[in-house]
Amino acid sequence: MSLTPPDAPTPREACVHRLANGLTLIGEPADGFQSAAFSLMIPAGCRYDAADQLGLANLTCEMALRGAGDRDSRALVSDLDALGVERGESVGLSHTSLGASTLAENLPAALAIYADIVRRPHLPEDQLEAGRQVCLQELRGVEDEPSQKLMEELRRRHYGDPYGRASSGNIAAVESLQIRDVRQFQHKRYAPDSAILAVAGAFDWDAMVEDVERLFGDWVNNEAPSKTVETPGAGDGHVTYDSSQAHIGIAFPSVPYSHADYFQAWGANGVLSSGMSSRLFTEVREKRGLCYTVYASLQTQKDRAAVFCYAGTTAERAQETLDVTHSELVRLADGVTAEELGRLKARMKSGLILQQESTHARAGVLARDWRHLGHIRSLAEVNKLVDAVTADTINDYLQRNPPSDFTIVTLGPQPLTRPN
Amino acid sequence: MQFKRHTLPNGLEVIAECDPSALSLALGFFVQTGARDETPAEAGVSHFLEHMVFKGTARRTAEDVNREFDELGAHYNAFTSEENTVYYASLLPEHQAESIDLLADIMRPSLRTEDFDMEKKVILEEIEMYLDQPPYGMDDHLKRLCFGAHPIANSVLGTAESVAALTSDAMRSYFQRRYAPGNLVLAASGRVDFDAMVEQAEAACGAWDRGDASRPLAPTSVTPSRESIVHSSATQQYALLLGNAPDGVSEDRYAAKLLATILGDDSGSRLYWRLIDPGHAESASLGHYDYQGVGMYYTWLAGEPDDLEENLAAVEEVLASIPTEPPTADELSQAKSKIKSRVVLGSERPRSRLFHLGGGWQMRGDYRSLEEELKRLDAVTIDDLMRVAAEHPLDRNAVVTVGPREDLVL
Repeated sequence: MSLTPPDAPTPREACVHRLANGLTLIGEPADGFQSAAFSLMIPAGCRYDAADQLGLANLTCEMALRGAGDRDSRALVSDLDALGVERGESVGLSHTSLGASTLAENLPAALAIYADIVRRPHLPEDQLEAGRQVCLQELRGVEDEPSQKLMEELRRRHYGDPYGRASSGNIAAVESLQIRDVRQFQHKRYAPDSAILAVAGAFDWDAMVEDVERLFGDWVNNEAPSKTVETPGAGDGHVTYDSSQAHIGIAFPSVPYSHADYFQAWGANGVLSSGMSSRLFTEVREKRGLCYTVYASLQTQKDRAAVFCYAGTTAERAQETLDVTHSELVRLADGVTAEELGRLKARMKSGLILQQESTHARAGVLARDWRHLGHIRSLAEVNKLVDAVTADTINDYLQRNPPSDFTIVTLGPQPLTRPN
Repeated sequence: MQFKRHTLPNGLEVIAECDPSALSLALGFFVQTGARDETPAEAGVSHFLEHMVFKGTARRTAEDVNREFDELGAHYNAFTSEENTVYYASLLPEHQAESIDLLADIMRPSLRTEDFDMEKKVILEEIEMYLDQPPYGMDDHLKRLCFGAHPIANSVLGTAESVAALTSDAMRSYFQRRYAPGNLVLAASGRVDFDAMVEQAEAACGAWDRGDASRPLAPTSVTPSRESIVHSSATQQYALLLGNAPDGVSEDRYAAKLLATILGDDSGSRLYWRLIDPGHAESASLGHYDYQGVGMYYTWLAGEPDDLEENLAAVEEVLASIPTEPPTADELSQAKSKIKSRVVLGSERPRSRLFHLGGGWQMRGDYRSLEEELKRLDAVTIDDLMRVAAEHPLDRNAVVTVGPREDLVL
């Protein structure tokens, strides 16, 4: 069998259509798929929760799926099931994201249901207790997942409020929420202004534009979002927890996705933590056998970013694990090598291709690009940006931005000593 | 989509599902070995060996192995189950030759004692990690309770004690016994050049000595029993239920998957409406797991400690509901839509197709296209569901609860 070169498929092109009310539709139709997926981001993130109502955005999202338009709660879930919709909802800092993937022919029907969910949810009072219980169960569940509990605490202590919030809020606030709080939040924040609908896979762009104008064109904005009041994070800390492992979290500032230096920061972090030949995996796990899980992840918000690093180890070896991990972060400032970067680029390039094989992943990237950059980067554009990264450009960035200002949080039986 | 197969003289099977329009290539070695093939003294060795496979060969150091996978831009990993150990990579098609050479080479690892001693620490950390996440660890206990001395109940991870006691000699002897070429399948999916793949496999694996690795399939019997285990630092109370189900070769497995979806899918199922939608439990779901000669219905419940009795009673009522409340036509068609949609979405990635291809071959020694699988799923009727539920009742389970409750009487 002869193979044509792997870049043979026609390059996909993203189309953009802006509705008068602020909603942006992004679409990237692609051949060779039987499925299509969308990601609908609405400006209803947990940053808009008042300080005594933490968890409201999350509860509102939960309630929005309990009946909408002419479907009650049961009919809504049943109809999505009948359409074979794989769905997922998440509440982030600035947006609530609703995602759906399904067979291509079912996409228009699924989208119509989602228009009801965000625009005409019933928010039934007789289901408030049930919805509240779902949110409380989620909060309690985290208590049994020490690594997740630690990383939530690390974000809070590093970013402060509201940027370090977990959307699940806290038990006291969730217990106090009333149906009118939910309805008010939905009325104000489920709005087209700065909303994004990104669609990828097998669909017709012109028909999609028509559908979206019909479903969302007359959606109105009711109120401008409130201003954010910021409080700084509390910094280092320890959470005493009855566990056999100690969990270690370290955060330090980085640059966001839209920043000119983003790909330098991304490259530096990849040398630290991408692939099994990366530094953290090699030094902490392979050479010393200190832990099973260790990673550093560059997480970006719109106007700020940080690297969040995690290691889990038995209590006796926790101090050594913290010291070794911390020293790897500090050593990054000495620079990366061309070989390390070469491996990273190979992984990045194949990763970009693999991502093209999933309509769900692609819809997520389209929405992220639009939100952070205000335009969509084509595959060719991303490849060009990656090609321009060299060991020298990364080292120049690291000289200007050596990892520092660490926030160190631990969770386990005993506190640890902060490395110098 | 074209299926191809070639058997090497030493017994190694080479199979592929070729899709010239795919962007990537997924390939892997599927080794027919896992916890069920271990003696009690070897508990945990299959999984430990999976880690050691990355620790170097006659031609490569451990660092070479990790570095070369990364240089190929491979997204790679491995996993061990009760009956399979799988090493796989997704990458760009132009790296087919190098990746087969690398994957094949690590199937003949050095198993050096000093690497063994270092990696043992990592495995022990992995075991500790699960101990901190209730109810993990209890699933092993539950399997034992349900299936007794049957090897399918062997723990994949082993225990801290069994892993600490393992020697590198014991691992080498297990390796000799289980990694014979006739017990391995090299599978690929996506943009595969099959003729080249066969040549590459001949070059890399042709010299491996033939060997014999068989697996006795003992019949199973389930003992319904109940136990409550106190884990005082847990916040939630968990219940795990395990029972007998159609196995991986049985044609009834399609009906079993549909029954599990109708009763216990994580959205829109009977358990969902009874426990999750009203907020009574954090999670409640049922899955069907199939193995050679054994099938399992595995139900999971998590919620507030004080609600355990009521929630567990509700779960057991739902599991027993098929004979008295037969599935409706709507329930059946919704379950079919859900499974079909998941299969189609997954099939767009060569990696999911690889698991389907290699897993099916290991289980049954045959190939069934996804279209064929979906056709069989579609043919299942309500009568089939009723018959399968009667033959494998969903309410005959071993039950273990884990959590802070000390006063539970089950």
